[in-house]
Amino acid sequence: MPAYGTLAAATFRQYSTYRVATAAGVFTNSVFGLIRVSILLAALDASGQEIGGYTALQAATYVWLGQALLAPIEAFGTRTIGERVRTGEIAVDLLRPAPLLAVHLAQKVGRAGFLLLGRGLPPLLVGVLVTGLALPESPWSYPLGILSVALAILVSFLADAIVNLSAFWLVEMRGFQTLYMVVMNLLSGFLIPITWFPSWLESLARITPFPSMVQTPIDALSGRITPAEALVGIGLQILWAGILALVAQAMVRAGTRSLEVQGG
Amino acid sequence: MTWAIDLQNITREFTVRRPRRVVRAVDDLTLQVADGEAVGFVGANGAGKSTTIKMLTGILMPTRGTVRVLGRRPVPERRHLAREIGVVFGQRSQLWWDLPLRDSFAILGSMHRLAPSAQAARLARLVEGLDLAPFLDQPVRQLSLGQRMRGEVAAALLHSPRLVVLDEPTIGLDMISKEGLRRFLVEDRAERGTTLLLTTHDMADVERLCERIVVVSDGRTAYDGTLAGLRDSLRTPRELVVDLAAPLGVLELPEGAQTVAVEAGGIRHRIRFHAAEHSAAALLARITAQAEVADLSMAEPAIEDLVREIFARRP
Repeated sequence: MPAYGTLAAATFRQYSTYRVATAAGVFTNSVFGLIRVSILLAALDASGQEIGGYTALQAATYVWLGQALLAPIEAFGTRTIGERVRTGEIAVDLLRPAPLLAVHLAQKVGRAGFLLLGRGLPPLLVGVLVTGLALPESPWSYPLGILSVALAILVSFLADAIVNLSAFWLVEMRGFQTLYMVVMNLLSGFLIPITWFPSWLESLARITPFPSMVQTPIDALSGRITPAEALVGIGLQILWAGILALVAQAMVRAGTRSLEVQGG
Repeated sequence: MTWAIDLQNITREFTVRRPRRVVRAVDDLTLQVADGEAVGFVGANGAGKSTTIKMLTGILMPTRGTVRVLGRRPVPERRHLAREIGVVFGQRSQLWWDLPLRDSFAILGSMHRLAPSAQAARLARLVEGLDLAPFLDQPVRQLSLGQRMRGEVAAALLHSPRLVVLDEPTIGLDMISKEGLRRFLVEDRAERGTTLLLTTHDMADVERLCERIVVVSDGRTAYDGTLAGLRDSLRTPRELVVDLAAPLGVLELPEGAQTVAVEAGGIRHRIRFHAAEHSAAALLARITAQAEVADLSMAEPAIEDLVREIFARRP
Protein backbone atom coordinates (compact mmCIF):
# COMPACT_ATOMS: atom_id res chain seq x y z
CA MET A 1 0.00 0.00 0.00
CA PRO A 2 1.51 3.33 -1.01
CA ALA A 3 0.64 4.90 2.35
CA TYR A 4 3.38 2.90 4.04
CA GLY A 5 5.91 3.92 1.41
CA THR A 6 4.96 7.58 1.84
CA LEU A 7 5.21 7.27 5.61
CA ALA A 8 8.55 5.46 5.49
CA ALA A 9 9.99 7.98 3.04
CA ALA A 10 8.78 10.93 5.11
CA THR A 11 10.27 9.41 8.26
CA PHE A 12 13.57 8.82 6.44
CA ARG A 13 13.63 12.49 5.40
CA GLN A 14 12.74 13.56 8.93
CA TYR A 15 15.67 11.65 10.45
CA SER A 16 18.03 12.91 7.78
CA THR A 17 17.49 16.44 9.09
CA TYR A 18 18.82 15.56 12.55
CA ARG A 19 22.44 16.16 11.58
CA VAL A 20 23.86 17.10 14.97
CA ALA A 21 22.18 14.14 16.68
CA THR A 22 23.52 11.85 13.97
CA ALA A 23 27.05 13.18 14.31
CA ALA A 24 26.92 12.84 18.10
CA GLY A 25 25.58 9.30 17.76
CA VAL A 26 28.30 8.33 15.31
CA PHE A 27 30.98 9.74 17.59
CA THR A 28 29.62 7.86 20.62
CA ASN A 29 29.19 4.60 18.71
CA SER A 30 32.75 4.84 17.44
CA VAL A 31 34.31 5.63 20.83
CA PHE A 32 32.44 2.77 22.48
CA GLY A 33 33.49 0.59 19.55
CA LEU A 34 37.14 1.37 20.30
CA ILE A 35 36.64 0.55 23.98
CA ARG A 36 34.87 -2.73 23.22
CA VAL A 37 37.47 -3.71 20.63
CA SER A 38 40.28 -3.07 23.15
CA ILE A 39 38.58 -5.27 25.74
CA LEU A 40 37.92 -8.15 23.36
CA LEU A 41 41.42 -8.00 21.91
CA ALA A 42 42.90 -7.95 25.40
CA ALA A 43 40.82 -11.03 26.27
CA LEU A 44 41.98 -12.81 23.13
CA ASP A 45 45.57 -11.78 23.83
CA ALA A 46 45.39 -13.09 27.39
CA SER A 47 43.96 -16.43 26.31
CA GLY A 48 46.56 -16.70 23.57
CA GLN A 49 44.13 -18.49 21.24
CA GLU A 50 40.76 -18.12 19.52
CA ILE A 51 37.78 -17.73 21.82
CA GLY A 52 34.46 -19.26 20.74
CA GLY A 53 35.75 -19.55 17.19
CA TYR A 54 36.75 -15.88 16.84
CA THR A 55 40.15 -14.70 15.65
CA ALA A 56 41.29 -11.23 16.70
CA LEU A 57 40.22 -9.72 13.39
CA GLN A 58 36.84 -11.47 13.55
CA ALA A 59 36.33 -10.24 17.10
CA ALA A 60 37.09 -6.68 16.03
CA THR A 61 34.73 -7.06 13.08
CA TYR A 62 32.10 -8.40 15.45
CA VAL A 63 32.36 -5.25 17.54
CA TRP A 64 32.22 -2.86 14.59
CA LEU A 65 29.23 -4.57 13.02
CA GLY A 66 27.54 -4.56 16.44
CA GLN A 67 28.18 -0.84 16.80
CA ALA A 68 26.80 -0.32 13.30
CA LEU A 69 23.62 -2.27 14.10
CA LEU A 70 23.09 -0.62 17.47
CA ALA A 71 21.13 2.34 16.10
CA PRO A 72 19.09 0.60 13.37
CA ILE A 73 17.84 -2.14 15.72
CA GLU A 74 17.39 0.47 18.48
CA ALA A 75 19.12 -1.77 20.99
CA PHE A 76 18.32 0.61 23.84
CA GLY A 77 14.59 0.42 23.20
CA THR A 78 11.98 2.92 22.05
CA ARG A 79 9.13 4.44 23.99
CA THR A 80 6.84 5.81 21.31
CA ILE A 81 4.04 3.25 21.31
CA GLY A 82 4.06 2.86 25.10
CA GLU A 83 3.88 6.61 25.56
CA ARG A 84 0.99 6.85 23.12
CA VAL A 85 -0.90 4.21 25.06
CA ARG A 86 -0.12 5.91 28.35
CA THR A 87 -1.25 9.35 27.21
CA GLY A 88 -4.22 8.11 25.19
CA GLU A 89 -2.77 9.33 21.88
CA ILE A 90 -3.19 5.72 20.78
CA ALA A 91 -6.84 6.63 20.19
CA VAL A 92 -5.71 8.65 17.19
CA ASP A 93 -3.73 5.68 15.82
CA LEU A 94 -6.78 3.48 16.21
CA LEU A 95 -8.89 5.92 14.21
CA ARG A 96 -6.64 5.64 11.18
CA PRO A 97 -7.83 3.36 8.39
CA ALA A 98 -4.65 1.27 8.66
CA PRO A 99 -3.48 -1.32 11.21
CA LEU A 100 -1.66 0.17 14.18
CA LEU A 101 1.45 -2.02 13.94
CA ALA A 102 1.76 -1.55 10.18
CA VAL A 103 1.76 2.23 10.57
CA HIS A 104 4.44 2.08 13.24
CA LEU A 105 6.43 -0.48 11.23
CA ALA A 106 6.42 1.83 8.21
CA GLN A 107 7.87 4.58 10.39
CA LYS A 108 10.41 2.10 11.73
CA VAL A 109 11.44 1.15 8.19
CA GLY A 110 12.06 4.79 7.29
CA ARG A 111 13.92 5.37 10.54
CA ALA A 112 16.02 2.20 10.23
CA GLY A 113 16.82 3.06 6.61
CA PHE A 114 18.35 6.33 7.66
CA LEU A 115 20.03 4.89 10.75
CA LEU A 116 21.67 2.14 8.67
CA LEU A 117 23.26 4.71 6.40
CA GLY A 118 23.82 7.55 8.84
CA ARG A 119 24.71 5.60 11.97
CA GLY A 120 25.66 2.21 10.55
CA LEU A 121 28.26 2.96 7.91
CA PRO A 122 30.51 5.40 9.86
CA PRO A 123 31.48 2.92 12.63
CA LEU A 124 32.38 0.40 9.90
CA LEU A 125 34.59 3.01 8.30
CA VAL A 126 36.29 3.62 11.64
CA GLY A 127 36.74 -0.14 11.94
CA VAL A 128 38.37 -0.35 8.53
CA LEU A 129 40.82 2.40 9.48
CA VAL A 130 41.62 1.24 13.02
CA THR A 131 41.59 -2.55 13.05
CA GLY A 132 40.53 -3.59 9.58
CA LEU A 133 37.48 -5.81 9.02
CA ALA A 134 37.35 -9.54 8.36
CA LEU A 135 35.68 -10.03 4.99
CA PRO A 136 33.62 -13.10 4.15
CA GLU A 137 35.05 -15.71 1.78
CA SER A 138 31.81 -16.41 -0.05
CA PRO A 139 30.15 -13.64 -2.07
CA TRP A 140 26.82 -15.13 -0.88
CA SER A 141 27.52 -13.81 2.58
CA TYR A 142 26.74 -10.26 1.41
CA PRO A 143 23.15 -10.69 0.17
CA LEU A 144 22.38 -13.14 2.98
CA GLY A 145 23.95 -10.78 5.50
CA ILE A 146 21.90 -7.84 4.24
CA LEU A 147 18.71 -9.90 4.34
CA SER A 148 19.59 -11.01 7.84
CA VAL A 149 20.14 -7.38 8.92
CA ALA A 150 16.71 -6.45 7.56
CA LEU A 151 15.12 -9.35 9.45
CA ALA A 152 17.04 -8.40 12.60
CA ILE A 153 15.50 -4.94 12.39
CA LEU A 154 12.05 -6.49 12.00
CA VAL A 155 12.49 -8.90 14.91
CA SER A 156 13.82 -6.10 17.15
CA PHE A 157 10.92 -3.86 16.18
CA LEU A 158 8.35 -6.53 17.03
CA ALA A 159 9.95 -7.45 20.36
CA ASP A 160 10.21 -3.78 21.27
CA ALA A 161 6.59 -3.25 20.24
CA ILE A 162 5.54 -6.09 22.56
CA VAL A 163 7.36 -4.42 25.46
CA ASN A 164 5.68 -1.13 24.60
CA LEU A 165 2.23 -2.69 24.22
CA SER A 166 2.42 -3.89 27.82
CA ALA A 167 1.49 -0.27 28.57
CA PHE A 168 -2.11 -1.35 27.92
CA TRP A 169 -1.95 -3.16 31.25
CA LEU A 170 0.91 -1.48 33.10
CA VAL A 171 0.61 2.15 34.06
CA GLU A 172 4.34 2.39 34.67
CA MET A 173 6.46 0.37 32.28
CA ARG A 174 9.94 1.82 32.70
CA GLY A 175 11.12 -0.97 35.00
CA PHE A 176 10.00 -3.62 32.55
CA GLN A 177 11.66 -1.75 29.72
CA THR A 178 14.99 -1.52 31.54
CA LEU A 179 14.85 -5.23 32.36
CA TYR A 180 14.13 -6.02 28.72
CA MET A 181 17.03 -3.86 27.56
CA VAL A 182 19.52 -5.57 29.87
CA VAL A 183 18.37 -9.06 28.89
CA MET A 184 18.26 -8.17 25.20
CA ASN A 185 21.73 -6.57 25.17
CA LEU A 186 23.18 -9.67 26.81
CA LEU A 187 21.33 -12.55 25.13
CA SER A 188 21.37 -11.01 21.65
CA GLY A 189 25.15 -11.25 21.70
CA PHE A 190 25.52 -7.50 21.52
CA LEU A 191 27.91 -7.22 24.48
CA ILE A 192 29.94 -10.32 23.67
CA PRO A 193 29.23 -13.07 21.11
CA ILE A 194 26.94 -15.71 22.59
CA THR A 195 29.46 -18.39 21.61
CA TRP A 196 31.64 -16.94 24.36
CA PHE A 197 28.98 -17.65 26.97
CA PRO A 198 29.12 -20.63 29.28
CA SER A 199 27.29 -23.39 27.46
CA TRP A 200 24.16 -23.26 29.67
CA LEU A 201 23.76 -19.54 28.96
CA GLU A 202 24.40 -20.00 25.26
CA SER A 203 21.73 -22.74 25.15
CA LEU A 204 19.36 -20.43 26.98
CA ALA A 205 20.07 -17.57 24.56
CA ARG A 206 19.49 -19.82 21.56
CA ILE A 207 15.90 -20.57 22.53
CA THR A 208 15.07 -16.84 22.65
CA PRO A 209 14.55 -14.44 19.73
CA PHE A 210 17.46 -12.28 20.91
CA PRO A 211 20.30 -13.81 18.85
CA SER A 212 18.16 -13.10 15.75
CA MET A 213 18.62 -9.40 16.48
CA VAL A 214 22.43 -9.17 16.61
CA GLN A 215 24.34 -12.46 16.57
CA THR A 216 22.76 -13.89 13.43
CA PRO A 217 23.10 -10.83 11.12
CA ILE A 218 26.66 -10.16 12.25
CA ASP A 219 27.72 -13.76 11.74
CA ALA A 220 26.01 -13.91 8.36
CA LEU A 221 27.47 -10.63 7.14
CA SER A 222 31.01 -11.17 8.43
CA GLY A 223 31.15 -14.66 6.98
CA ARG A 224 32.01 -16.21 10.35
CA ILE A 225 29.32 -18.75 9.53
CA THR A 226 28.90 -20.35 6.10
CA PRO A 227 26.08 -19.23 3.78
CA ALA A 228 24.35 -22.53 4.53
CA GLU A 229 24.48 -21.80 8.27
CA ALA A 230 23.35 -18.26 7.55
CA LEU A 231 20.30 -19.63 5.78
CA VAL A 232 19.37 -21.59 8.89
CA GLY A 233 19.80 -18.43 10.94
CA ILE A 234 17.59 -16.51 8.50
CA GLY A 235 14.97 -19.24 8.74
CA LEU A 236 14.99 -18.83 12.50
CA GLN A 237 14.70 -15.05 12.14
CA ILE A 238 11.65 -15.48 9.92
CA LEU A 239 10.16 -17.89 12.42
CA TRP A 240 10.71 -15.45 15.28
CA ALA A 241 9.34 -12.55 13.27
CA GLY A 242 6.18 -14.59 12.66
CA ILE A 243 5.79 -15.59 16.31
CA LEU A 244 6.44 -12.07 17.62
CA ALA A 245 4.09 -10.55 15.03
CA LEU A 246 1.31 -12.87 16.20
CA VAL A 247 1.97 -12.02 19.84
CA ALA A 248 2.10 -8.28 19.14
CA GLN A 249 -1.08 -8.43 17.08
CA ALA A 250 -2.85 -10.39 19.82
CA MET A 251 -1.74 -7.75 22.32
CA VAL A 252 -3.08 -4.96 20.13
CA ARG A 253 -6.40 -6.77 19.87
CA ALA A 254 -6.66 -7.55 23.57
CA GLY A 255 -5.38 -4.12 24.50
CA THR A 256 -7.85 -2.23 22.35
CA ARG A 257 -10.67 -4.36 23.72
CA SER A 258 -9.77 -3.45 27.28
CA LEU A 259 -8.76 0.05 26.32
CA GLU A 260 -9.95 2.86 28.43
CA VAL A 261 -8.38 5.75 26.61
CA GLN A 262 -6.91 8.08 29.17
CA GLY A 263 -7.86 11.72 29.31
CA GLY A 264 -10.63 13.76 27.64
CA MET B 1 -34.95 7.78 7.68
CA THR B 2 -31.30 6.77 7.65
CA TRP B 3 -29.39 7.64 10.74
CA ALA B 4 -25.80 8.75 10.56
CA ILE B 5 -25.57 8.06 14.27
CA ASP B 6 -27.91 5.71 16.07
CA LEU B 7 -27.21 5.09 19.74
CA GLN B 8 -29.81 2.98 21.53
CA ASN B 9 -29.78 2.90 25.32
CA ILE B 10 -26.03 2.85 25.61
CA THR B 11 -24.37 2.61 28.99
CA ARG B 12 -20.67 2.65 29.71
CA GLU B 13 -19.28 1.82 33.11
CA PHE B 14 -15.69 2.10 34.26
CA THR B 15 -14.28 0.22 37.19
CA VAL B 16 -12.10 2.40 39.32
CA ARG B 17 -9.54 0.72 41.55
CA ARG B 18 -8.79 1.91 45.07
CA PRO B 19 -11.41 2.37 46.32
CA ARG B 20 -13.03 -0.18 44.06
CA ARG B 21 -16.23 1.18 42.61
CA VAL B 22 -18.07 1.39 39.33
CA VAL B 23 -18.45 4.76 37.66
CA ARG B 24 -21.21 5.12 35.10
CA ALA B 25 -19.96 7.66 32.55
CA VAL B 26 -22.84 7.15 30.13
CA ASP B 27 -26.19 6.01 31.45
CA ASP B 28 -28.83 4.64 29.12
CA LEU B 29 -28.25 7.31 26.48
CA THR B 30 -30.27 7.27 23.28
CA LEU B 31 -29.31 9.60 20.46
CA GLN B 32 -30.20 9.59 16.79
CA VAL B 33 -28.65 11.96 14.31
CA ALA B 34 -30.06 12.08 10.81
CA ASP B 35 -27.91 12.19 7.69
CA GLY B 36 -26.85 15.75 7.06
CA GLU B 37 -27.80 17.06 10.47
CA ALA B 38 -25.51 19.26 12.60
CA VAL B 39 -25.74 18.54 16.30
CA GLY B 40 -24.09 20.33 19.19
CA PHE B 41 -23.35 17.90 21.98
CA VAL B 42 -23.04 19.90 25.15
CA GLY B 43 -22.56 19.23 28.82
CA ALA B 44 -20.40 19.95 31.80
CA ASN B 45 -17.02 18.27 32.26
CA GLY B 46 -17.54 14.62 33.07
CA ALA B 47 -21.07 14.57 31.63
CA GLY B 48 -20.13 11.69 29.31
CA LYS B 49 -19.52 13.52 26.02
CA SER B 50 -16.06 12.19 25.30
CA THR B 51 -16.99 8.68 26.39
CA THR B 52 -19.91 8.78 23.96
CA ILE B 53 -17.62 9.96 21.15
CA LYS B 54 -15.14 7.19 21.86
CA MET B 55 -17.98 4.66 21.65
CA LEU B 56 -19.33 5.96 18.38
CA THR B 57 -15.89 6.07 16.77
CA GLY B 58 -15.18 2.50 17.83
CA ILE B 59 -12.35 2.97 20.32
CA LEU B 60 -14.49 2.06 23.31
CA MET B 61 -17.09 -0.69 23.75
CA PRO B 62 -20.37 0.21 25.39
CA THR B 63 -21.10 -1.85 28.49
CA ARG B 64 -24.70 -2.16 27.27
CA GLY B 65 -26.75 -0.90 24.36
CA THR B 66 -26.29 -0.80 20.60
CA VAL B 67 -24.30 1.63 18.53
CA ARG B 68 -24.62 2.10 14.76
CA VAL B 69 -22.67 4.73 12.91
CA LEU B 70 -23.24 5.10 9.17
CA GLY B 71 -24.88 1.69 9.41
CA ARG B 72 -21.77 0.06 10.87
CA ARG B 73 -20.91 -1.38 14.26
CA PRO B 74 -18.02 0.87 15.28
CA VAL B 75 -15.82 -1.48 17.31
CA PRO B 76 -15.60 -4.48 14.96
CA GLU B 77 -15.69 -2.26 11.87
CA ARG B 78 -13.47 0.48 13.20
CA ARG B 79 -11.09 0.67 10.27
CA HIS B 80 -13.90 0.64 7.69
CA LEU B 81 -15.61 3.38 9.63
CA ALA B 82 -12.37 5.37 9.76
CA ARG B 83 -12.61 5.77 5.97
CA GLU B 84 -16.03 7.41 6.25
CA ILE B 85 -15.70 9.58 9.30
CA GLY B 86 -13.39 12.44 10.16
CA VAL B 87 -12.56 13.01 13.79
CA VAL B 88 -10.81 15.86 15.55
CA PHE B 89 -9.94 15.44 19.20
CA GLY B 90 -9.06 18.97 20.24
CA GLN B 91 -6.65 17.70 22.86
CA ARG B 92 -4.86 15.21 20.64
CA SER B 93 -3.10 15.35 17.30
CA GLN B 94 -3.50 13.09 14.31
CA LEU B 95 -0.67 14.87 12.52
CA TRP B 96 2.88 13.54 12.55
CA TRP B 97 4.57 15.78 15.06
CA ASP B 98 8.04 15.93 13.49
CA LEU B 99 7.02 15.94 9.83
CA PRO B 100 6.05 18.97 7.74
CA LEU B 101 2.28 19.47 7.73
CA ARG B 102 2.25 18.70 4.01
CA ASP B 103 3.66 15.20 4.67
CA SER B 104 0.83 14.37 7.06
CA PHE B 105 -1.67 15.14 4.31
CA ALA B 106 0.28 13.04 1.81
CA ILE B 107 0.35 10.08 4.21
CA LEU B 108 -3.31 10.41 5.18
CA GLY B 109 -4.31 10.78 1.54
CA SER B 110 -2.65 7.52 0.59
CA MET B 111 -4.00 5.80 3.71
CA HIS B 112 -7.46 6.78 2.55
CA ARG B 113 -6.55 5.63 -0.97
CA LEU B 114 -7.53 8.93 -2.54
CA ALA B 115 -6.80 9.30 -6.23
CA PRO B 116 -3.88 11.73 -6.61
CA SER B 117 -5.91 14.25 -8.61
CA ALA B 118 -8.87 14.12 -6.21
CA GLN B 119 -6.50 14.47 -3.27
CA ALA B 120 -4.76 17.47 -4.82
CA ALA B 121 -8.09 19.19 -5.52
CA ARG B 122 -9.43 18.53 -2.04
CA LEU B 123 -6.19 19.64 -0.41
CA ALA B 124 -6.16 22.83 -2.47
CA ARG B 125 -9.68 23.57 -1.23
CA LEU B 126 -8.67 22.95 2.39
CA VAL B 127 -5.48 24.97 2.09
CA GLU B 128 -7.45 27.88 0.69
CA GLY B 129 -10.41 27.63 3.06
CA LEU B 130 -8.35 27.16 6.21
CA ASP B 131 -5.48 29.39 5.10
CA LEU B 132 -2.83 26.71 5.54
CA ALA B 133 -0.43 27.87 2.84
CA PRO B 134 1.88 29.93 5.08
CA PHE B 135 2.91 26.95 7.21
CA LEU B 136 2.35 23.92 4.99
CA ASP B 137 6.07 23.12 4.91
CA GLN B 138 6.74 23.58 8.61
CA PRO B 139 7.04 20.63 10.98
CA VAL B 140 3.86 20.28 12.99
CA ARG B 141 5.71 20.76 16.28
CA GLN B 142 6.57 24.32 15.22
CA LEU B 143 2.97 25.36 14.55
CA SER B 144 0.99 27.60 16.87
CA LEU B 145 -2.10 26.09 18.44
CA GLY B 146 -4.39 27.88 16.01
CA GLN B 147 -2.35 26.77 13.00
CA ARG B 148 -2.17 23.20 14.23
CA MET B 149 -5.91 23.07 14.86
CA ARG B 150 -6.60 24.23 11.31
CA GLY B 151 -4.23 21.48 10.20
CA GLU B 152 -6.12 18.96 12.34
CA VAL B 153 -9.44 19.94 10.82
CA ALA B 154 -7.97 19.72 7.31
CA ALA B 155 -6.62 16.25 8.14
CA ALA B 156 -10.05 15.14 9.34
CA LEU B 157 -11.78 16.50 6.24
CA LEU B 158 -9.21 15.45 3.63
CA HIS B 159 -11.03 12.26 2.65
CA SER B 160 -14.37 14.09 2.44
CA PRO B 161 -15.97 12.06 5.24
CA ARG B 162 -19.75 11.70 5.45
CA LEU B 163 -19.68 12.21 9.19
CA VAL B 164 -17.46 14.72 10.96
CA VAL B 165 -16.98 14.46 14.72
CA LEU B 166 -15.31 17.42 16.35
CA ASP B 167 -14.44 17.12 20.01
CA GLU B 168 -13.61 20.59 21.34
CA PRO B 169 -12.18 21.85 18.05
CA THR B 170 -11.86 25.45 19.17
CA ILE B 171 -10.37 24.85 22.61
CA GLY B 172 -7.65 27.38 23.35
CA LEU B 173 -8.10 29.33 20.12
CA ASP B 174 -8.38 33.11 19.93
CA MET B 175 -11.51 34.77 18.57
CA ILE B 176 -10.18 35.28 15.06
CA SER B 177 -8.96 31.69 14.72
CA LYS B 178 -12.26 30.40 16.07
CA GLU B 179 -14.23 32.48 13.63
CA GLY B 180 -12.10 31.43 10.66
CA LEU B 181 -12.52 27.79 11.58
CA ARG B 182 -16.28 28.11 12.02
CA ARG B 183 -16.69 29.92 8.73
CA PHE B 184 -14.91 27.16 6.87
CA LEU B 185 -16.84 24.41 8.63
CA VAL B 186 -20.11 26.08 7.68
CA GLU B 187 -18.98 26.43 4.05
CA ASP B 188 -17.75 22.88 3.79
CA ARG B 189 -20.98 21.50 5.23
CA ALA B 190 -23.02 23.58 2.84
CA GLU B 191 -21.00 22.23 -0.09
CA ARG B 192 -21.00 18.58 0.87
CA GLY B 193 -24.00 18.05 3.16
CA THR B 194 -21.87 16.44 5.85
CA THR B 195 -23.31 15.24 9.12
CA LEU B 196 -21.66 17.04 12.03
CA LEU B 197 -21.42 16.15 15.69
CA LEU B 198 -19.69 18.79 17.74
CA THR B 199 -18.81 18.88 21.40
CA THR B 200 -17.67 22.17 22.79
CA HIS B 201 -17.63 24.42 25.78
CA ASP B 202 -17.90 27.43 23.51
CA MET B 203 -21.57 28.11 22.92
CA ALA B 204 -20.80 30.36 19.99
CA ASP B 205 -19.60 27.21 18.19
CA VAL B 206 -23.00 25.63 18.67
CA GLU B 207 -24.85 28.77 17.63
CA ARG B 208 -22.81 29.12 14.47
CA LEU B 209 -22.56 25.50 13.42
CA CYS B 210 -25.50 23.52 14.75
CA GLU B 211 -29.24 23.36 14.18
CA ARG B 212 -29.84 21.02 17.04
CA ILE B 213 -28.45 20.87 20.51
CA VAL B 214 -28.27 17.86 22.79
CA VAL B 215 -27.44 18.55 26.40
CA VAL B 216 -26.08 15.66 28.44
CA SER B 217 -25.90 15.53 32.18
CA ASP B 218 -24.71 12.59 34.27
CA GLY B 219 -24.51 10.46 31.15
CA ARG B 220 -28.14 11.08 30.15
CA THR B 221 -29.89 13.40 27.73
CA ALA B 222 -31.16 16.44 29.57
CA TYR B 223 -32.39 18.32 26.50
CA ASP B 224 -32.69 17.56 22.80
CA GLY B 225 -34.01 20.19 20.41
CA THR B 226 -33.25 23.57 18.91
CA LEU B 227 -31.22 26.14 20.74
CA ALA B 228 -34.10 28.62 20.57
CA GLY B 229 -36.42 25.96 21.96
CA LEU B 230 -34.04 25.37 24.81
CA ARG B 231 -34.17 29.04 25.69
CA ASP B 232 -37.94 29.14 25.41
CA SER B 233 -38.52 25.97 27.36
CA LEU B 234 -36.49 27.29 30.21
CA ARG B 235 -38.07 30.70 29.83
CA THR B 236 -34.78 32.31 30.45
CA PRO B 237 -35.40 36.01 30.06
CA ARG B 238 -33.75 37.98 27.31
CA GLU B 239 -32.30 41.34 28.11
CA LEU B 240 -32.72 44.49 26.05
CA VAL B 241 -30.35 47.33 26.78
CA VAL B 242 -31.36 50.76 25.44
CA ASP B 243 -29.41 53.97 25.65
CA LEU B 244 -31.71 56.99 25.44
CA ALA B 245 -30.82 60.28 23.77
CA ALA B 246 -31.99 62.18 26.86
CA PRO B 247 -32.24 60.93 30.46
CA LEU B 248 -35.60 59.53 31.55
CA GLY B 249 -36.39 58.17 34.99
CA VAL B 250 -39.03 55.55 34.19
CA LEU B 251 -40.11 53.79 31.01
CA GLU B 252 -43.69 52.52 30.74
CA LEU B 253 -43.48 48.82 29.82
CA PRO B 254 -46.10 46.21 28.96
CA GLU B 255 -46.91 43.63 31.59
CA GLY B 256 -44.26 40.90 31.91
CA ALA B 257 -41.41 43.12 30.87
CA GLN B 258 -39.56 44.88 33.62
CA THR B 259 -36.77 47.36 34.02
CA VAL B 260 -34.05 45.72 36.07
CA ALA B 261 -31.64 48.63 36.15
CA VAL B 262 -31.41 52.27 35.19
CA GLU B 263 -27.84 53.43 34.76
CA ALA B 264 -25.91 56.57 33.79
CA GLY B 265 -28.46 58.86 35.37
CA GLY B 266 -31.42 57.64 33.30
CA ILE B 267 -29.62 57.15 29.97
CA ARG B 268 -29.17 53.35 30.02
CA HIS B 269 -32.15 51.10 30.79
CA ARG B 270 -31.85 47.33 31.17
CA ILE B 271 -35.13 45.57 30.43
CA ARG B 272 -35.88 41.87 30.89
CA PHE B 273 -38.67 40.10 29.06
CA HIS B 274 -39.66 36.63 27.92
CA ALA B 275 -39.51 35.79 24.24
CA ALA B 276 -42.79 33.90 24.50
CA GLU B 277 -44.65 36.99 25.71
CA HIS B 278 -43.15 39.89 23.83
CA SER B 279 -41.19 40.37 20.68
CA ALA B 280 -38.17 42.61 20.93
CA ALA B 281 -39.55 44.73 18.08
CA ALA B 282 -42.86 45.41 19.82
CA LEU B 283 -41.10 46.28 23.00
CA LEU B 284 -38.81 48.67 21.17
CA ALA B 285 -41.76 50.34 19.45
CA ARG B 286 -43.30 50.92 22.88
CA ILE B 287 -40.08 52.49 24.13
CA THR B 288 -39.46 54.72 21.10
CA ALA B 289 -42.97 56.11 21.60
CA GLN B 290 -41.77 57.45 24.94
CA ALA B 291 -38.18 58.49 24.28
CA GLU B 292 -35.61 58.79 21.53
CA VAL B 293 -33.36 55.72 21.49
CA ALA B 294 -29.70 56.47 20.74
CA ASP B 295 -28.37 52.94 20.88
CA LEU B 296 -29.52 49.46 21.79
CA SER B 297 -28.25 45.94 22.24
CA MET B 298 -29.75 42.55 23.00
CA ALA B 299 -28.10 40.14 25.37
CA GLU B 300 -29.01 36.51 24.78
CA PRO B 301 -28.64 34.26 27.78
CA ALA B 302 -25.39 32.32 27.54
CA ILE B 303 -25.85 28.63 26.93
CA GLU B 304 -23.71 27.95 29.96
CA ASP B 305 -26.44 29.58 32.02
CA LEU B 306 -29.11 27.57 30.24
CA VAL B 307 -27.24 24.35 30.82
CA ARG B 308 -26.70 25.24 34.44
CA GLU B 309 -30.39 25.90 34.76
CA ILE B 310 -31.28 22.53 33.22
CA PHE B 311 -28.98 20.83 35.66
CA ALA B 312 -30.41 22.78 38.56
CA ARG B 313 -33.94 21.74 37.59
CA ARG B 314 -33.13 18.08 37.31
CA PRO B 315 -34.47 16.11 40.24
